[in-house]
Amino acid sequence: MFDFISDYDNPTLWGAFWMTVKLTVVSGLGSLIWGTLLAAMRVSPVPLMRGFGTAYVNIVRNIPLTVIIIFTSLGLADIFGVTMGATDFKVQGFRLAILGFVAYTAAFVCEAIRSGINTVPMGQAEAARAIGLTFTQTLRLIILPQAFRSVIGPLANVLIALTKNTTVAAAIGVAEAAYLMKEMIENEAQTLLIGAVFAFGFVVLTLPTGLILGWLSKRLAVKR
Amino acid sequence: MTSVLYDAPGPRAKRRNVLISVVFFALLALLAWFVWDAMDEKGQLEWALWKPFTESDAWTTYLLPGLGDTLTAAALAMVIALPLGAFFGISRLSDHVWVRLPAAWVVEFFRAIPVLLLMLFANEFYDRWTNVSSEQRPLYAVVTGLVLYNASVLAEVVRAGILALPKGQTEAAKAIGLRKGQTMSSILLPQAVTAMLPAIVSQLVVIVKDTALGGVMIGFTELLNSRGTLAANYANPVPSFVVVAILFIVLNFILTSFASWLEKRLRRSKRSTGAVLSAEDMEELNPAATGGTYGTGAGGTI
Repeated sequence: MFDFISDYDNPTLWGAFWMTVKLTVVSGLGSLIWGTLLAAMRVSPVPLMRGFGTAYVNIVRNIPLTVIIIFTSLGLADIFGVTMGATDFKVQGFRLAILGFVAYTAAFVCEAIRSGINTVPMGQAEAARAIGLTFTQTLRLIILPQAFRSVIGPLANVLIALTKNTTVAAAIGVAEAAYLMKEMIENEAQTLLIGAVFAFGFVVLTLPTGLILGWLSKRLAVKR
Repeated sequence: MTSVLYDAPGPRAKRRNVLISVVFFALLALLAWFVWDAMDEKGQLEWALWKPFTESDAWTTYLLPGLGDTLTAAALAMVIALPLGAFFGISRLSDHVWVRLPAAWVVEFFRAIPVLLLMLFANEFYDRWTNVSSEQRPLYAVVTGLVLYNASVLAEVVRAGILALPKGQTEAAKAIGLRKGQTMSSILLPQAVTAMLPAIVSQLVVIVKDTALGGVMIGFTELLNSRGTLAANYANPVPSFVVVAILFIVLNFILTSFASWLEKRLRRSKRSTGAVLSAEDMEELNPAATGGTYGTGAGGTI
């Protein structure tokens, strides 16, 4: 029944899902960094930085991820010659997809972190200043520890959405799960079985993420 | 503006802020110049490439039909997904385990799967087992994928909307002797639907964005797909991307603004119970609050 799976070796089923995992992990880390920077800009005392952060988030959030991913290939690579230092077409697609995912997902990470900072009651910072802590001390010792603990849940949501969103990379020929599924489902007769296999794959990828991070967010939540 | 993070700036802080502003502005200007220069070098700033968008031809042949298809698919998906979502959302609140559990499985299953996979599967399904014509098939597949995914996301919205209502509503309904079905249909659901409106409109943004997937992967002639034909015709890849992105931004911005206007209005309204479900609430819709499982399908709003 599952014989046809071994007919595919470029990529194999494992290879395709491994690519999905790689895309998720690398873009997840990238968007965490860029998203945190954006959030820092959005809460900073400098109006220009706040404006930039707000504009970035509102623009990027409203563009479909597909448009961004296709643009990295047809626009950035084909027109502007941005190859991300890759000589191989496959590697180039992988890196461009990550660039697109980071640019897009960072907007959501930024919003999650900002909402986390907003959950810290005003009194915490006021008390910190009242006992004479400096700005960096307030941020490092009082605000951020509370903010980070309250954003684990929202960030887990973003990570799960990112896992599902990596399928868009198939649109620029990155050999991940959706790419292989499209190939298989068009050539094989076992439509239902193929659908079930790939659906199962994604449940396996997203369920532990949700369970572990959900447990963590409950455990680390600041009791108020 | 005061923030939890910093005091109102004094003279020194003001000077420092100005300095940071200047440096940041210089960086932004550098970036803008870099992009402009790259566009210029590759000849993407030539007026001939942008001119089509000032004429009606590009709009009536490519962009407007594309936009029309995007909106059709989004509207159809929302209209079909809403009742389906309400059905599953209410089923998940049932007192009977044999109703609650299957509904929960269906919802969690479809939320866990990327919408693209659902579209690919639906496309093949219609091809093999139905006689939908090949011109209609992409639309059917896109709408089916969007409906399956968004119905399960909306099911959670409905459930959260009902749970967000004060307990007193159910208790009062019980006290005047309404049955469970009556309580749901004449007390809880009408109020929940009002509370859910902002979240539903926000979900429309997600649906609009997801239609673009169908354009690339199964040849649905929506906006992003028409951009391809347009760019092939006028040989203007970058300008066409810019225009399509702007169209999407404007469309989604209108929807987002409408959602937040609705939310504000509902929060102000004196006649309601004050229960409102916004998009932000949905992003934080974690099962701890709604009494569900920490499912695979979180993040339906991205």
